[in-house]
Parts: sequence; C-alpha cells; structure tokens
Amino acid sequence: MLSKKEKGLIKEIWERLSPVAEDIGSEALLRMFASYPGTKTYFSHLDISPGSSHLHSHGKKIVLAIAEGAKDISQLTVTLAPLQTLHAYQLRIDPTNFKLLSHCMLVTLACYLGEEFTPVAHAAMDKYLSAFAAVLAEKYR
Amino acid sequence: MVKWSDFERATIADIFSKIDTGAVGCAALSRCLTVYPWTQRYFSKFGNLSSPDAIASNPKVAAHGKVVMGGFEKAAKNLDDIKNSFRDLSVLHSEKLQVDPDNFKLLADCVTIVVAGQLGKAFTSEVHAAFEKFLAVVVSSLRKQYY
Repeated sequence: MLSKKEKGLIKEIWERLSPVAEDIGSEALLRMFASYPGTKTYFSHLDISPGSSHLHSHGKKIVLAIAEGAKDISQLTVTLAPLQTLHAYQLRIDPTNFKLLSHCMLVTLACYLGEEFTPVAHAAMDKYLSAFAAVLAEKYR
Repeated sequence: MVKWSDFERATIADIFSKIDTGAVGCAALSRCLTVYPWTQRYFSKFGNLSSPDAIASNPKVAAHGKVVMGGFEKAAKNLDDIKNSFRDLSVLHSEKLQVDPDNFKLLADCVTIVVAGQLGKAFTSEVHAAFEKFLAVVVSSLRKQYY
C-alpha cells in the first residue's frame, strides 16, 4: 500500500523526469534486452538496437504512461484501461516480464538520480511499478 | 560449468576494484530491509529496524552487510568455481538460517541498484548485464544445497 507521502514522492519524481522520458525509457529497455535476452522476442517487429528511433519512441511511450499514472495513483485502473485491453488481447506479454522491466527501470533511475534515489524513494517506486504492472495484467484472464 | 567471456571477467573484476564492498554491503542490506520489509524476519536479533532511518544507522546491519558483500567478493575471485566454493554457505542458509531462497534475488537486486547508483553512467547496459549474470550465478549457487 502506498502512503500519501509515497504517492507525492512518486508523482514528483516522474514530473521531473517526463522531459527526459525518451532517455529513461530507451535506457531501461536496453538494459532489459541486455540482461534478459528472452524479452527481445516481443520486439521482432522493431529495430531495438542502441540509439534506434524505434527504441527511443517506444521507451518514451512507456515512461510517459508510467508518469501519467503517477499523477493520480488512486485512479490507475481508469487511467490504464486502454493499455489493459492492449496488453491482454493484442500484445499478450507474459506478466513476469513486467517485473524485469520494472527492475531495469529502477536501475536506470539509480544511475540517473544517484544519491537522490534513497531507500525510501526506491521502496516507493518499487511499490508503484508493482501496482502499475498488476493493473496492466488485470484483463489477462 | 559457467562460461565467462573476457568482457564479463574484466567487468566483474573492475566493479569490485571500484566499489567499497563494506559500504555497498551495508547500503544493499539496508535497502533490502527497507524495500522488502518482510526480509526483516531473519534479523530479529538486530535490534531497531522500525524505520528506514533506524535500519540505515543500525550497526549490526552495517556489520552484516559487510560480511555478505565479502561473500560476493569471494565469488568474484572464484568465477570458475562459485558453485563449489559456496557449498558450505548454501548448507548454512538452508539448514541453519532457513532463509527462503527467493530472498536471495531480492538482496541481489538491491546490490545492483546500489552499485548502479555509485557508478552512474559507467554502469552501462553491457556492464549491468555482466553483473546480473554474476549475481544470478551466486544466487543459484546459494540455492544449490536446498532440498
């Protein structure tokens, strides 16, 4: 469960990082493809080599969705409804992969924010990304 | 036997030469106890773990973090035989400490995040992947003697 303080912290971090959504998103994806090569199987239709325009635009899309959800976490199910349908019926990405991307997102944030990514911020962010992933998978079955 | 590329060997050695293992161990264990509070169940004798600040300033956590990271460093120096060099540690965690092995991954993730925070841009996706592979081998070796 996210406390009021944690929700505020998460909202503030993603507000600050939205302008560099492309950098954060593409880096997180790149880390995931490098550490967990099985995840690449979902992207055979795109060019996901470092620096590619597909990687950047896709990374940006993902981070902007995460940032949008962070604006009002209590409304996640409403905000993510279209993405729930997309993932459940079209993309059908195995939900275990959400954990892998979340972990790589946290590593990217740690590299970016350094000391600022305190244990408290890390805990809050991990909880938020877990909740985000859970909502995303809600329509799967 | 695990096969390590030249890049992976060099990267793992480089990471351990750059980090203060005591500080990383302390920070990683503190993070684990903070981010995944259920892991505190194994540390009831450590005193005050009631808040992130209490955990971060707890001397027993710091000392133990150093011990744990020393284990990772031992693995880094024995890349070609981690499984055997960790045999006794695996038995210890399984039979005496009775730690759920799923927790090893949680701590390993926290180690990654602490190292990433310290190395910043130098922790590229390639370096990160090599480190993840190393941690996965350590975790797997620690799980080996559970039955």
